[in-house]
Amino acid sequence: MKYSEKVIDHFNNPRNVGSLDKNSLNVGTGIVGAPECGDVMKLQIEVNQEGKIVDAKFKTFGCGSAIAASSLATEWLKGRHVEQAGEIRNTDIANELSLPPVKIHCSVLAEDAVRAAIEDWKRKNVIKPAEQAQIVSAQPGGSGSRDCEQK
Amino acid sequence: MAEQLPIYLDHNATTPIDPLVLEAMMPYLTGEFGNAASRSHSFGWKAEAAVENAREQVARLIGANAKDIIFTSGATESDNLAIKGLARMYQDKGRQIITCQTEHKAVLDTCRRLEEAGFEITFLKPDRFGVVSSEQVAQALTDRTILVSLMAGNNEIGTLHPIGQIGAVTRQRGVFFHCDATQAVGKIPIDVEAMNIDLLSLSAHKFYGPKGAGALYARRARPRVRLVCQMDGGGHERGLRSGTLNVPGIVGMGAAAELAGRHMSDESVRLTQLRDRLHQGITSRLDGVSLNGHPTQRLPNTLNLSFAYVEGEALMMKIRDLAVSSGSACTSASLEPSHVLRAIGVPDALAHGSIRFSLGRCNTVEQIDYAIEQVIVAVNELRELSPLYEMDQQQRQTQKG
Repeated sequence: MKYSEKVIDHFNNPRNVGSLDKNSLNVGTGIVGAPECGDVMKLQIEVNQEGKIVDAKFKTFGCGSAIAASSLATEWLKGRHVEQAGEIRNTDIANELSLPPVKIHCSVLAEDAVRAAIEDWKRKNVIKPAEQAQIVSAQPGGSGSRDCEQK
Repeated sequence: MAEQLPIYLDHNATTPIDPLVLEAMMPYLTGEFGNAASRSHSFGWKAEAAVENAREQVARLIGANAKDIIFTSGATESDNLAIKGLARMYQDKGRQIITCQTEHKAVLDTCRRLEEAGFEITFLKPDRFGVVSSEQVAQALTDRTILVSLMAGNNEIGTLHPIGQIGAVTRQRGVFFHCDATQAVGKIPIDVEAMNIDLLSLSAHKFYGPKGAGALYARRARPRVRLVCQMDGGGHERGLRSGTLNVPGIVGMGAAAELAGRHMSDESVRLTQLRDRLHQGITSRLDGVSLNGHPTQRLPNTLNLSFAYVEGEALMMKIRDLAVSSGSACTSASLEPSHVLRAIGVPDALAHGSIRFSLGRCNTVEQIDYAIEQVIVAVNELRELSPLYEMDQQQRQTQKG
């Protein structure tokens, strides 16, 4: 696969690799994808009292573009207000990394991971019954899972 | 390292042309440009003589009669000609063809095409090593069976089918046997007489010959195999493959066949040692590595490994200095993991993390040792990035604690 220089750069020098304490109230964790589909992303955000994302970490099992997409997502998340974090769109990630068409699903997965992390943080911190009903599990095969065929 | 990088470890995809092969071809790319079918002048006679010499060379490598060799553009064409050509010729006798789930797409898709046309195709399931036994073949045969098509050595995992035993069964039952020996020819001894093979596909570029040159062995006697040609035209190659002969390619194929025959016994020992050195070098220092394919009944040059917790395409990006291939979905246009690994029951997650190393004539001990280091560093780096590895480690900690 021929990748853009940005993908190669994120792949060779991934930003924000690691894990945050998933049990912490300030941390939202999103795990999306499935091993049998060839990609699993774990993306975490740490949110301060003002609702600002002060840290973001990821770990990804997947191809080069999946790793690059999640690395880029963590970069974009840091410093954002949690309410604006959900504005990160897969199309923006795909454009920024110039992903080839067959790799668009990697950017979709990254967006799913961001949303799952935000939802997990909200579940811990914002208790609104209406939203509570919509919140889905942050486990593999949860909110971000999809048929491998959709890739 | 003074070695030239990247190191080529993808010889099942293709091989470089041997310098001696190129030397043999050069006259036919320059001054000796005649058409082998030109009967009226020396240009044609020389080309024809060169082609007939190559036919002898190719035949000798597989224990065949030179008259039974049909030159083609490569093994895909040979597979198509053998299977479709035989099916069309014998369809009134029966319409069942037996093959296996791990065949190359050139056989599988050809069979599927015939299936659409009303043929009955039996796709045998191999065991977990990728082997189909002669008993399985015997059980699948019916009075409708006209052909059994099974490969000699698998291109992805290297597993060898017991071709001689299968040939004995098909011969005894009076069913034709086609063998796609693309990966096996030049690597292991193949003898169409001893193995009772009726049709055999081979391709020059897999054994240090040029691309675009292949052959189909089609037995003309005891028993005679008749085929319907796939291309109409000038009636070249016994009327089975019309089209002006690729003289330089054919000459190159002949030279490559002769060299392969000369090197095979030494080279298979050397490659087996190098391959096992690579295997042991990796597994002695990494956990979670599994072999895909048969532990011993395998092409001497092929090593297909699955690395748990990492994805194959990412691994190939990390080991840029090594030219290898992967059964990962991410490396194929279809985004499906390898059909071969699926057929032998490798879980999809591990199929995604598979790498095929296929060694060849130019590889050295130094290169293999370098490759071992590269693989270990890359896998460890990617595991640090892998949430699956982290989860598994945590689970182990909990179990211990």
